[in-house]
Amino acid sequence: MTALGGLGPRDRGDVLEPPGRGRRSRRSGQGALRSTAIAFASTFVFFGFLAWVAVNSPGWPLVQQSFFNGALFADSLPDIAAAFWVNVQLFFIAEILILALALVIAVLRSIPGPVLFPLRLLSTIYVDVFRALPGVLIIYILGFGIPGLNVEGVPTDPFFYAVIALTLIYSAYVSEVYRAGIDSVHPSQSAAARSLGLSQWQALRYVVLPQAIRRVIPPLLNDFIGLQKDTVLVSYIGVVEIFRQSQITEAAHFNYTPYLATALVFLVMTIPLARFTDWLVARDRRRAAANR
Amino acid sequence: MNGPGDAAGTAAAALRIVGLRKSFGPLEVLQGIDLRLVEHEVVCLIGASGSGKSTLLRCVNLLEPIDEGRIFVEGEEITAPGVDVDRIRRRIGIVFQSFNLFPHMSVLDNVTLAPRRVLKLSRPAADAQALELLRRIGLDEKAREFPDRLSGGQQQRVAIVRALAMRPDLLLLDEVTSALDPELVAEVLSLVRELALGGMTMLIATHEMGFARDIANRVCFLDAGRILEEGPPEQIFRAPREERTQRFLQRVMEAGRL
Amino acid sequence: MRTPIRFAVALALTGALVTACSGAATPTPAPSPSPAASIAASPEASPSPAAVSPSPSPSPSPSPNACAPANLATLAAGKLTIGTDNPAYPPYFQPPASGNATKPWQLGDPTNGQGFEAAFAYALAGQLGFTKDQVSWTVVPFSNSYAPGKKPFDFYLAQVSYTPERATAVDLSDGYYFVAQSVVALTTNPLAKVTTISGLKSFKFGAQVGTTAYDTIKNIIQPTTSISVYNDNDAAVKALQAKQIDGLVVDLPTAFYVTAAQIVDTKGNPLASIVGQFPVQAGPDAEHFSLVLAKGSPLTSCVNQAIGALKSDGSLDQITKTWLSDKANAPVFQP
Repeated sequence: MTALGGLGPRDRGDVLEPPGRGRRSRRSGQGALRSTAIAFASTFVFFGFLAWVAVNSPGWPLVQQSFFNGALFADSLPDIAAAFWVNVQLFFIAEILILALALVIAVLRSIPGPVLFPLRLLSTIYVDVFRALPGVLIIYILGFGIPGLNVEGVPTDPFFYAVIALTLIYSAYVSEVYRAGIDSVHPSQSAAARSLGLSQWQALRYVVLPQAIRRVIPPLLNDFIGLQKDTVLVSYIGVVEIFRQSQITEAAHFNYTPYLATALVFLVMTIPLARFTDWLVARDRRRAAANR
Repeated sequence: MNGPGDAAGTAAAALRIVGLRKSFGPLEVLQGIDLRLVEHEVVCLIGASGSGKSTLLRCVNLLEPIDEGRIFVEGEEITAPGVDVDRIRRRIGIVFQSFNLFPHMSVLDNVTLAPRRVLKLSRPAADAQALELLRRIGLDEKAREFPDRLSGGQQQRVAIVRALAMRPDLLLLDEVTSALDPELVAEVLSLVRELALGGMTMLIATHEMGFARDIANRVCFLDAGRILEEGPPEQIFRAPREERTQRFLQRVMEAGRL
Repeated sequence: MRTPIRFAVALALTGALVTACSGAATPTPAPSPSPAASIAASPEASPSPAAVSPSPSPSPSPSPNACAPANLATLAAGKLTIGTDNPAYPPYFQPPASGNATKPWQLGDPTNGQGFEAAFAYALAGQLGFTKDQVSWTVVPFSNSYAPGKKPFDFYLAQVSYTPERATAVDLSDGYYFVAQSVVALTTNPLAKVTTISGLKSFKFGAQVGTTAYDTIKNIIQPTTSISVYNDNDAAVKALQAKQIDGLVVDLPTAFYVTAAQIVDTKGNPLASIVGQFPVQAGPDAEHFSLVLAKGSPLTSCVNQAIGALKSDGSLDQITKTWLSDKANAPVFQP
């Protein structure tokens, strides 16, 4: 599992403005340019050196054949990209359900009062259990166990159970992220809302949650990215998805290169997503700091 | 400790506090407060930090649960068990030192949120009312702006207007100028003065002695969780009876705030 | 400052990656540590699905002494290290009659020499001149067996089927068993009554990843439904029991184990049957199990020679009959 909880965006501030922007003296602009060039050159030299060492090591030809086989890479990429469609469907559907269920759980745990105690207790138990159990266990129990009971009308589709398993598991982690977000909203916001006559629930819904959710967008994205890899769980109960397809090709050729193709697919997907989140956060950061 | 007309009918009182006690853990912040406000009255609370002014205000609008005592608003006991707290809070407005505007909403939405969700006003009606209020304080052009674009004084005036949009019977002001730069204080005080002149019943905790002297009907000096002395401003500021009151005012004068 | 650094790193990494991936057809040099044995240099032809001889190009016969234990370049001098996966399944490896398998083995215990592959391995070791005490076993997961670099075994056996593609990455010995794939289904499933390959098409099939069983489904059955693939046969069996797949494709000996011991009710009565087996191709192209050795291993030619000897003196037949005698009993699918 890769979920990470955490509070809102770190304020990186404007310390590291790229040269040319902002009011800087000409001299410090030139210094910055030179530092950049040095950084660029030294990074290039370092990685180039590593690559040179690798390529000239005695085992390299076999390793290259096993891991970096260009022909097999090209051959396996279409199948792998096609299998990826399963993962895509899985994580989109699951993510929507997770964001909703996790919010419900977080809210249930946040509302005080004796009336809601049973629900609070249940939510706490749920979060503890599903963060503790390994995903493999859950997918086998749900994916094989429930259909295995052979009860009429119960679905047997593995994809269905994978969605359920991922939703149950990730909602536990994501609800903690939401909770951290809710806790990070200053209590004076809630006080102001309540003192206007808004109910507990209205204050949560109109004042606290909108702020809380904006603050935890980066850790939510973190968990989403983790989810994209954890869709591999569905392969345990038979569905061929990207990792399984890589494995099939691997075993057929006794070659690990297909995993490189898989890595490429994930990189292509994850990096733009991360930059998009950065942009979202930067756009919202201004608003979030307004409370003076 | 007793104000004038204390024994008279509670029916006339906008606010009545009897024997209020409040502790935070071992620290007893309010050690028996008795206070009465009639309608249209403006009462200022003065006192050193930690004397309990803010706590008192937060107890009045039930943001803090009280340990002992009773509070009546317009004759209704709001500290009785089973009281609908949200309903009570509609009638009491409070403005905080740190404004507490909702940063994710525009100024207009800040002001219309409660009227729409609590009073169930329609959007056009709520907007119209809000814009009228904002116009009266000269901020109607800022209606679509977000709070981070406003100065401190502007934000605080919006906060006041936000409280007023609920048409409260009683307005509580908790050191509303203490967090402002000096040049922005005047605009807020001017608004409060206007409200006082308009007949708003107000209980104001403040460090602005000159202002208190100016608009208060009555001033209460809080010391160590009790109302040590209360009376008309002239009496409190010119001829305080208690020694601690005198010492407090002395310090305030030396700090140049009187 | 951030952006140029990230750009530099990305550029450098891309450069490294391009360097790595280029030259895909670099011929593999054959390491030759042992002066005594001659090395079989495998052909470097890129894998083609056309008929390719099932073994690496015939090596010149090693001189008589080259295959003696003292001269073999084994991992540990004078000892033979054999790798297989864990759990090791019947009827290829047998659990002990009573008690547990010796650690770390979970099911079948290779050290007892019982089971088709265990018996064969010891026979092979004996043919090479190793005594039983000079043989040691090591657990190697299947996907590790073909990782580049030094192998933790002298040879590896775990029902690994020969394919030309695989032969480019490792040395695969001559075949020691010709495999028939078969279909297992619950007796209540209509699939259980099918007798033709074309009749199988509309059902849902599952197999373990990386097996020629999977290839059989894909290339021979060619079902209209998607294929379910599992980490191991145990998972596939569960799927069968949960009715998520209609048929499990697995090699015939394993099918006997599965139907006799795994898919049974609480009283031990079988709930599944072997629907049929696929006709085994004639000739050397037929699917067969091979031992896995390091690419260009100095042991390969000696191992092949030993396998040849076991075939010609009838020992291999004997072992096959002892452990896999039920082979004839499953009906063969018609086209």
